[in-house]
Amino acid sequence: MDFIILKDVTKTYPTGVTAVSGLDLTIKKGDFAFIIGASGSGKSTLIKMLYREEKPTSGEILIGGVRVEKLKNRKVYKLRRKLGIVFQDFKLLPKLTAYENVAFALEMYGLTKDEIRDKTLKALDLVGLKDKAKSFPDELSGGEQQRVSIARAIVNSPKLLICDEPTGNLDPEMSMEVMKALEVINELGTTILVVTHDRDIVNKMKKRVIKLDQGRVVTDSEKGTYTVNEKR
Amino acid sequence: MKNVRILGRNFRDGFKNVFRNFSLSFASISCITITLLVVAVALIGSLNVENFTKLISDDFTIVAFVKNDASTEDEEKIEAKLNKIGNIESITFVSKADTKKEMMESSETFKGIMSAWEEEENPLSDAYQIKVKDIEKIEKTAEKVKNIDNIEIVKYGEGMVDSMVSIFDLIKKVLIVIVIALVIVTAFLIVNTIKITIFSRQKEIEIKRLVGASNFSIKQPFVIEGLIIGLLGSIVPIIATIYGYNYLYNYTGGVIFSQFIRLIKPFPFVFYASVVLLVIGVVVGMIGSNRAVKKYLKI
Ligand SMILES: Nc1ncnc2c1ncn2[C@@H]1O[C@H](COP(=O)(O)OP(=O)(O)OP(=O)(O)O)[C@@H](O)[C@H]1O
Ligand SMILES: [Mg+2]
Repeated sequence: MDFIILKDVTKTYPTGVTAVSGLDLTIKKGDFAFIIGASGSGKSTLIKMLYREEKPTSGEILIGGVRVEKLKNRKVYKLRRKLGIVFQDFKLLPKLTAYENVAFALEMYGLTKDEIRDKTLKALDLVGLKDKAKSFPDELSGGEQQRVSIARAIVNSPKLLICDEPTGNLDPEMSMEVMKALEVINELGTTILVVTHDRDIVNKMKKRVIKLDQGRVVTDSEKGTYTVNEKR
Repeated sequence: MKNVRILGRNFRDGFKNVFRNFSLSFASISCITITLLVVAVALIGSLNVENFTKLISDDFTIVAFVKNDASTEDEEKIEAKLNKIGNIESITFVSKADTKKEMMESSETFKGIMSAWEEEENPLSDAYQIKVKDIEKIEKTAEKVKNIDNIEIVKYGEGMVDSMVSIFDLIKKVLIVIVIALVIVTAFLIVNTIKITIFSRQKEIEIKRLVGASNFSIKQPFVIEGLIIGLLGSIVPIIATIYGYNYLYNYTGGVIFSQFIRLIKPFPFVFYASVVLLVIGVVVGMIGSNRAVKKYLKI
């Protein structure tokens, strides 16, 4: 039931920086895991390799049985349709409403208007924003904007949701809103990986915690906590 | 069905892009319009020139005179050789007796003089009237005819017609050069128009990539934008062609310079010309946008 498998993965950028080195990791289907570690420890590089924004220099990456690093460039979109990705800066289009921002992805797939409406409203409902469907991003709080971007990420019912510092721009209260939304999504069966620096969140959620240092996994614990010696 | 929906969406998007950066699109559209107007003139001009040339060359023959002392066998040999020369449409033999008769009929003076001639005294020559297939090669063909034994003088064409054909030809070539230059400038302008759209929509493109849009569907709206620019740019030239040519035809009564030089009838000619203009506009638009997409959308 291992959904994600990384075997001896190394990533050296053209600049000569080795961001990830000899990393082994497995994630089970339905897992909720935090990836923590100091700045520059390779967290973003690791998840970029998962959605094939970067290719590993060596090693194997399997997601649901697909060798991600072997995917041809023009086939990458097929992988992306099966994952959701959430960023610190939301990446919403300012001229589109919350509804349109979420529907955007589905329109790219060529679904019918009805299919788009059903899925979009369901996704907005899941993150608790059904009544804000008509609002534009600048009419929403940071936490709400981030939940819109989560709705967009899950609108196509992906098996995996990847979040890179989703609460990086949010205050503690909003951060918890976002985390609750993620928890709901996880309970419906989606595997979730969250990169974060947010100690409170990690400690409150009591999920698996994977800690990176210099591109390697240094601790990996179920129901872990943000270890005390970690100061940022 | 899926692809039809995506295409529909991208058409809507392409239209939006054209009007969102309208001042820029307008430059490209104007450029296509100007190009196509010149293309229209060139097209109508050169097709008519082609037509003139054909009309003229219908009456365009080489006349080869046979030496007076040639025997009947010699003439048979000449005919055999003529038949071997390429580029010949038809050969007509005109005996000196025929010529005499014709001349006598054409003027009283000739009649007076010529009626005195006996059969053997006829100083005129037998001749061959040779129609050529390709008027541009007439000089070579005439040269070949001249080299045949017992052929004395070869005449062809009237200088006026000859130089007219070469002037038409020159006009055609100049027009082609201008059109090519304009097409290049236009394509370049379109590349820049689309480039600006791409820059102003980088975030959108990034998101499209992240949510799993295929490269093809990311490129499509931009290529459609080029297509729409081409389409809009060809409207004025097409209207100008249809009305302009009709007006010209009616104004001149279908003839210019002389009765020989007849304009092509407007229908269905203007419609063919319009289709050509439309295709050129759309193709230039799409080539321009395709280049921009390739260059600035590193996919
Ligand atoms: N595109 C790139 N080209 C070259 N080097 C890079 C690139 N991206 C990241 N790096 C380098 O790789 C190392 C790891 O970067 P990465 O972004 O994975 O760290 P991170 O753990 O996400 O850090 P942070 O917590 O600050 O986001 C860093 O030294 C960084 O400078
Ligand atoms: Mg990072």
